[in-house]
Amino acid sequence: MSNRKQQLADALRAAFGDRIDSVSVEYNEVSIDVAAEQLVDVATELRDDAKFKFQQLVDLCGVDYSQFGRDEWQTEDASRAGFSRGVTASATTGRLQFGDELDSLATQGRRFAAVYQLISYSHNQRLRMRVFAPDNDFPMVSTVTGIWASANWYEREAFDLFGILFSDHPDLRRILTDYGFVGHPFRKDFPMVGHVEMRYDPERERVVYEPVSIEPRVLVPKVKRQDHRYLGDVQDEAQDDA
Amino acid sequence: MPEIKNYTLNFGPQHPAAHGVLRLVLEMDGEVIERADPHIGLLHRATEKLAETKPYNQTIGYMDRLDYVSMMCNEHGYVLAIEKLLGVDIPERASYIRVMFDEITRILNHLMWIGTHALDVGAMTMFLYAFREREDLMDMYEAVSGARMHATYYRPGGVARDLPEAMPQYQSNRWRSQKDADHLNQNRQGSLLDFAEDFIRRFPGYIDEYETLLTDNRIWKQRTVGIGVVSEERAYQLGFTGPMLRGSGVEWDLRKKQPYEVYERMDFDIPVGTNGDCYDRYLVRIEEMRQSNRIIGQCIDWLRANPGIVITENHKVAPPRREELKADMEGLIHHFKLFTEGYTLPEGEVYTAIEHPKGEFGVYLISDGANKPYRVKIRAPGFAHLSSMNEMAQGHMLADVVAIIGTQDIVFGEIDR
Repeated sequence: MSNRKQQLADALRAAFGDRIDSVSVEYNEVSIDVAAEQLVDVATELRDDAKFKFQQLVDLCGVDYSQFGRDEWQTEDASRAGFSRGVTASATTGRLQFGDELDSLATQGRRFAAVYQLISYSHNQRLRMRVFAPDNDFPMVSTVTGIWASANWYEREAFDLFGILFSDHPDLRRILTDYGFVGHPFRKDFPMVGHVEMRYDPERERVVYEPVSIEPRVLVPKVKRQDHRYLGDVQDEAQDDA
Repeated sequence: MPEIKNYTLNFGPQHPAAHGVLRLVLEMDGEVIERADPHIGLLHRATEKLAETKPYNQTIGYMDRLDYVSMMCNEHGYVLAIEKLLGVDIPERASYIRVMFDEITRILNHLMWIGTHALDVGAMTMFLYAFREREDLMDMYEAVSGARMHATYYRPGGVARDLPEAMPQYQSNRWRSQKDADHLNQNRQGSLLDFAEDFIRRFPGYIDEYETLLTDNRIWKQRTVGIGVVSEERAYQLGFTGPMLRGSGVEWDLRKKQPYEVYERMDFDIPVGTNGDCYDRYLVRIEEMRQSNRIIGQCIDWLRANPGIVITENHKVAPPRREELKADMEGLIHHFKLFTEGYTLPEGEVYTAIEHPKGEFGVYLISDGANKPYRVKIRAPGFAHLSSMNEMAQGHMLADVVAIIGTQDIVFGEIDR
């Protein structure tokens, strides 16, 4: 199986050359990075070329990379005061309160990406294609609705949840959030508890929106471990598989 | 005579045939649909965002609540993604148990589908029949996990516990006499496997009953034949998977084409439709129930002959047994670390897909090396199917919209996530 994946990766390298930024085979899955301006060309060729024949867009999702690799609990070394307790860490998505802002949004590099999962029924192959939006403040990627019709709702979802704009999309409306919703809830700087809460006001006899009153809390801090526990067999096996 | 204009009709979200909270804005020309615009998201709970703030194992329970009529299959997609990234192998017995419960779940889902689909189209009896059998299947869920629906039974590394030796029994009470209780308990005297075996012996007869009611039924055929036709080419384009794709004549089943667990050792067939209409999809799903029945039978035979462990002994991932916890310091540490902090996954990303009863259920997992996922994307089959509503319903009558919703096998838990 992994041999077939390698062949696909080689074929992709040969066919596209410079037009794709990178090809990798990890965990027995082939993924490519494509620049935003090349997206439509590459996608059309992936669908139509007899070597690839990726007939279907299985899934499309947005990713916000702004907090990638950040944890809440320093476990590497102890200071004189002991280990970090993991409860006083700086604001992360789960701890954000109403009005708070993330302190580290100025990420190096690009923040938003759209990830496409493709499948070829003719060749029984899967491919993951990732496209970074060039501009962090105004993330924009071309639409692929003309290539795969199923992209329509997936792109609406990515727009709704991440605020990624898809140029030339026929109907880029919100899809999952409420009518009149403000913000893009899956961005890492959108607090877990949200911004507004809703209740029925008996005096005004209608539903009113108010700032949230919930205290955000994190029961288990996010932690990364590089200690001996994970240097044993578990990670070795993962490496073997890749 | 007054002039007839196009008008807009609001269908749902509180409509019994909307299968949950679907709001359809229909632009009608008389009784013919010109445009259908589904409004979804009324059940949006941001499962994927919740998953980002919790250790991996605490999200398994959310998976049950996605497609709440095929609970264990959702869990399966999720734990497979974790296992792939961790690189743990699961015991063979756990694989067989998973396959068996995936197929039980498939029958559970298809029974729900046929009951509600037929009810919407006008065959009330089907609903009662289907729920009679669902009761037995939910008893199996209960026996193995303690919960009738939201089982949280699959765990990374295997399944939560081994199959029980006894089935829960009915008790007599003010409304149920001892005689009735004894009658209900008749096939519940042995183990879960005995009960499942009894069920698969009875079940083909039940499917025949459904088919007697529907397959050649004139009204049923009038309501489904030629309705919502999707060609093979459009099915690819619209993102169809599972029975919707097979109904359009594509021979594709992940259990055969990209087998996971022990499906490559199972003997079963893939039913395929020819016309791509509601009736073909009905036939496909009916046959799938028969095939699932066959798979369950093969699993039962294997599980009887091969006792063993059902969850990995790697205690970095799965907690140790209670005795170990009490007697062994290592065990206590493992247990404590797993339940306070969880395990961390290596940095990387995977996409795992399983053949869910409704289609391809995929989980795209990005890990940045922490004990919580960085991003989880759930690929719900119903989402893609519902997005084709406009194309499928165009030019059909209002009553056909109900048949199309039925044939798409919509459940809002997974579409809105």
